[in-house]
Amino acid sequence: MSGYSTTSVLLGVPMRKGAGARMRSLARAELTLLVRNRTALFTALLMPLLMVAAGYSVSQDMADDLAEGGLSVGMTVASGGLVMIMLLVVYSNLTAAYAARREERVLKRLRTGEPTDGEILAGMALPSVLLALAQCVLLVTATALLMADSVPRQPLPLALGALLGCVLMAVAAVVTASFTRNAESAQITAVPLFLVSAVPVYVPLELLPDTLADVLRLLPLTPSLELMRSGWSGGLDGTELLRALGLAVVLDGAGGVCCTPVVPLGAPAVNRGGGERNA
Amino acid sequence: MVERNLAKVEVAGSSPVVRSAERARSAADRALSRFPAPPRPGPARSASGPPRLTFVIPAGDSRHCRAGAGPGMLEDMSERVIEVTGLRRRYGGPGPEGFEAVRGMDFEVRRGEVYALLGTNGAGKTSTVELLEGLAPPTAGQVRVLGMDPCRERGAVRPRIGIMLQEGGFPSDLTVAETARMWAGCTTGARPVAEALDLVDLGRRAAVRVKQLSGGERRRLDLAMALLGRPEVLFLDEPTTGLDPQARHRTWELVAALREEGTTVLMTTHYLEEAEALADRLAIMREGRIVLSGTPAEVTAAQPSRIRFRLPEGMAPAELPLDLPAAVEGTRVEIRTRDLQADLTRLLLWARDAGAVLAGLDASSASLEETFLQVADGPAGADGADGAQGTDGTGGDGRVERVTA
Repeated sequence: MSGYSTTSVLLGVPMRKGAGARMRSLARAELTLLVRNRTALFTALLMPLLMVAAGYSVSQDMADDLAEGGLSVGMTVASGGLVMIMLLVVYSNLTAAYAARREERVLKRLRTGEPTDGEILAGMALPSVLLALAQCVLLVTATALLMADSVPRQPLPLALGALLGCVLMAVAAVVTASFTRNAESAQITAVPLFLVSAVPVYVPLELLPDTLADVLRLLPLTPSLELMRSGWSGGLDGTELLRALGLAVVLDGAGGVCCTPVVPLGAPAVNRGGGERNA
Repeated sequence: MVERNLAKVEVAGSSPVVRSAERARSAADRALSRFPAPPRPGPARSASGPPRLTFVIPAGDSRHCRAGAGPGMLEDMSERVIEVTGLRRRYGGPGPEGFEAVRGMDFEVRRGEVYALLGTNGAGKTSTVELLEGLAPPTAGQVRVLGMDPCRERGAVRPRIGIMLQEGGFPSDLTVAETARMWAGCTTGARPVAEALDLVDLGRRAAVRVKQLSGGERRRLDLAMALLGRPEVLFLDEPTTGLDPQARHRTWELVAALREEGTTVLMTTHYLEEAEALADRLAIMREGRIVLSGTPAEVTAAQPSRIRFRLPEGMAPAELPLDLPAAVEGTRVEIRTRDLQADLTRLLLWARDAGAVLAGLDASSASLEETFLQVADGPAGADGADGAQGTDGTGGDGRVERVTA
């Protein structure tokens, strides 16, 4: 609590608190806020369950189409569920959270302290990302136990796909929040990415016209989805795997770079209400 | 502070911290003795380092050093903790849609000083403070805080400063204690949460959600967070706006105690009595520039004093001593003077010789409020950029800095 290590007290100078400690502290506060916000809790806990159930019934109806595209029902339900978890638990939730913290000037206040901008955003994302990853593990385990055709053959690409997807969705939330006025409008601004990201989950790209398929391949979650699917089917060879992995990493990195200019999330709100100069 | 005539003080190399004075426990230690200060990061205090020089400082010369943060420590009062040169800040583009909020500021704040920026709304106080806090880079000019660029070297500056913004910024669904815990987790050498809350009398409200706090309580929470890391430099943007009189005085006591402890404070305020009570030096801003600065006494001394009285029955204004500039309205006379004692003496001697009774005689120095109204509120251009109106000429002893554009 005091923030001093024994050595630093002996030297007479308190050691600067580390990035890890700062992010833990921010994550803890953000988790408390998540638990106290019913809308967020509903989005994070119940919505994924409902979407998986919906995905199951849709997949049953489309079983033939899916098979034509080389997908099994179990795999579609599981991978679709993972994408839904990322979109709901990480993307929607965090977009609203970032927008709310900016509106309340929490981000601006935090920027007056020791944490860097990256630490603030990452610390706040931590609870959602961890919650999403826990749900991913649960979902994969549950589908593997319940549906014979959804036992993953290659756990590593699956895990990497899930991890990179979650990180990418956190980054996307920062970008979306930069043009989202408040927590309520996040329900609108987060919809476009949400909808288009769901398409490749239930419609095999192979069945779509080439141009449309190419466009959908450019969606941020598609590389993650391909990685995760290969975890089940083992369908991707080394090169394809590397390509998908590389694409996912590049997307995460590019998203991060995009974030840098918008990171002063406080900026629009600050200037709007900072006030004096408008007087 | 120091018993004998001379106090021997050793300085390690060019280190700004003057050390090893025999005894330097002050009122500050008593005020904050409940909360002993731990060592804090800052200018080197290690035993090694460059060879020591010995200076001799006359006792009572508090302009140069005074009781430091710990027992047996003096702080060098001449160290410039904040240095601002040619500071400008522009919002928007360079075109007509842009707005220049800060238009060339120069000032410095020495260690242990309380420096107040005064000005009406829109004078550029907050825009200036944000640059000092490192929240944004200046459009032009330079800011140094503790010898560093607060924006580019924020990693090194932030652990040593405390910031209180004009408006809070704490999640409304966290409790006071949770907020403080979050903030403490992000702060090097943080005080225990309970101690920080007690400093601002919020200990009993620890379990209350931020959204249920009154405006004044939120201000105090904000102040507590600014104090959490025992900062060397404290930035307070309108710290007492929205506080009730009791809480305001409590805050003043706290700032005074911190000052005694050696904390450097830069504050903005609307309240002139606040600046008068707390500030060692102050600057009055108008339209992004400092128009007048100095100690409160110097600043008010730059304004003419007033002598008021009513003309005796049947006496014509022309009979007054002619070399005194007087404004007469009916029988009311107001004389403005830069040398109150001499002119008042002359007036009274004249009145005695003339056998005149000056009813309602009143002589008073300018108050900070008068000065402020005179200087800060003038319409643009009405008194020219050289600020000649009202404060014509230079201030009395020449120590008042008149800033010309």
